[in-house]
Amino acid sequence: MKVTDQDVAYVADLANLDLTAEERTAMLRDLNSILDYVDRLNELDTSNVAPMAQVSDRYGVDQSKQGNERFAYASREDILEGLRKSLPHEVALENAPDADENFFRVPKVIER
Amino acid sequence: MNLTSLTIDSARSAVQECKTTALALAEAHYARIQKEDGQIGAFLTLCKERALEQADRMDRLVAEGKPLPPLGGVPVGIKDVMSTRGVRTTAGSKSLEKYVPPYDCTAVARMEAAGAVVLGKMNCDEFAMGSSNENSAYGPVRNPRDLNRVPGGSSGGSAAAVAADMAVVTLGSDTGGSIRQPASFCGVVGLLPTYGRVSRYGLIAFASSLDHIGPLAKTVKDAAIVLRTIAGRDPMDSTSADLPVPDYVAELDKPVRGMRLGVAKEYFGEGLDDEVRQAVESAIDKLKGLGCEIVPISLPHTSYAIPTYYLIATAEASANLARYDGVRYSHRARGVKTLSEMYRRSRDEGFGAEVKRRIMLGTYALSAGYYDAYYLKAQKVRTLLTRDFDEAFRKVDAIVTPTSPTAAFRLGEKSNDPLAMYLADIYTVTADLAGIPGISVPCGETREKLPIGLQILGKHFDEATVLRVAHAYEQA
Repeated sequence: MKVTDQDVAYVADLANLDLTAEERTAMLRDLNSILDYVDRLNELDTSNVAPMAQVSDRYGVDQSKQGNERFAYASREDILEGLRKSLPHEVALENAPDADENFFRVPKVIER
Repeated sequence: MNLTSLTIDSARSAVQECKTTALALAEAHYARIQKEDGQIGAFLTLCKERALEQADRMDRLVAEGKPLPPLGGVPVGIKDVMSTRGVRTTAGSKSLEKYVPPYDCTAVARMEAAGAVVLGKMNCDEFAMGSSNENSAYGPVRNPRDLNRVPGGSSGGSAAAVAADMAVVTLGSDTGGSIRQPASFCGVVGLLPTYGRVSRYGLIAFASSLDHIGPLAKTVKDAAIVLRTIAGRDPMDSTSADLPVPDYVAELDKPVRGMRLGVAKEYFGEGLDDEVRQAVESAIDKLKGLGCEIVPISLPHTSYAIPTYYLIATAEASANLARYDGVRYSHRARGVKTLSEMYRRSRDEGFGAEVKRRIMLGTYALSAGYYDAYYLKAQKVRTLLTRDFDEAFRKVDAIVTPTSPTAAFRLGEKSNDPLAMYLADIYTVTADLAGIPGISVPCGETREKLPIGLQILGKHFDEATVLRVAHAYEQA
């Protein structure tokens, strides 16, 4: 068992999930079974292998250029409405579960 | 003329030549949806008003004697992970039950600019997380070939709609196989473009370094037409490549004679169903008969792809799904007293079991003390998997494999065993991790009449070769 009840509680807290008692039991079982399976990655020696975070810096770009130069095509002037207009205020608030005319409304942040 | 059994070109020319109208085409598809979709469940939302307006626009072009654009009047469906302005977009999740996006996904906008008539939004696994479409908060999709079987996932609705003639083509998304595997299960064509080939702007994010948009279609040519339409640089997605888009359709008929096709032993090992193996081997023979040279190759890290994928995809998902906090547009729990309680209860109520499982796994893999052992390790193995393909493509032009180790399984068969479900993607996750293009094209049926798919993988940005081989096979 890699993951314990305490780990499940800790990770759920990090992920902003409460989870019912049943869900926690199932999670304990599933996470352990999946992590047991992913353990096979340790069969591979990766000490001299660079991590790959994305595809776009290796393929479809000019390899003779370095670093940010490769992505010069993706940058633009830092100006207001550089790509498109921002959403109008009322449109941005349209999907909000609770809002007034200016702001998203949420329960009290500071508890006393 | 049967209005619901047309391809893109036959539909477009029927409208252009006044054998029918775009309006009649759209209505015929809605009638078919009305009749068939009650038992299949492919559509989540219909946008009839938007569709009929666009159809009318196309009919007016014809009336004015103007040429229709490439998809003029063609009825299409859009997977419900792509934002559509003014049309509810749920991602198959209860957390977005009421979400109406204020903007269009670039791929959808490009389809409409090319004349496509968007009929509605397609059912899918919640946030595209699943291989059977059983993880949708709005109920499963059933396979049109056998209603007791899954259509595959996560683009299950997109595949089923094309298979059941409820749309000419659809857009799906593929993060670990979600276009190709359902295409294989439903007996249609499904194309995964190279990472960066198609803009992800407006695609609801699951795992950003792995997410792709691509077509599901009745023919390889239709897939090529859609790719030509949606591909190309988009300033709204900085990862979209700044490369010219070839005319994929014009390249289709180039000969395949002399082409070198790799067959990797790792894709024919334990777990591969015998009937699938036989079908794929006869497909390979057929390609050999067309003059292709079959080259045995090895992709030695293949068996590490699933664990690598499930660490990277879940880590990225755990970050991407943090935005569903009940503040701006996602579900908010009622009767909560504090902000923290609102976050937790809203997410508890809004997410289904598989999404929670992946958020938990991803959060764990990124958490202090485990980052190096899990997330970083997986990123390093991703390098090795990608190198496997780089090596192989020095020797071959494309690689042929089965799309999925089995044909469509039964509803409920794997839904209680997450690991068994993950292994359904064993032959498809590799292309997403490496960022290379791939296609699934039908290559026969099992004794139970279930479709089998042949997967063809190609070099980065070489969709033209992938499509050409698939087209040659399909036409032979």
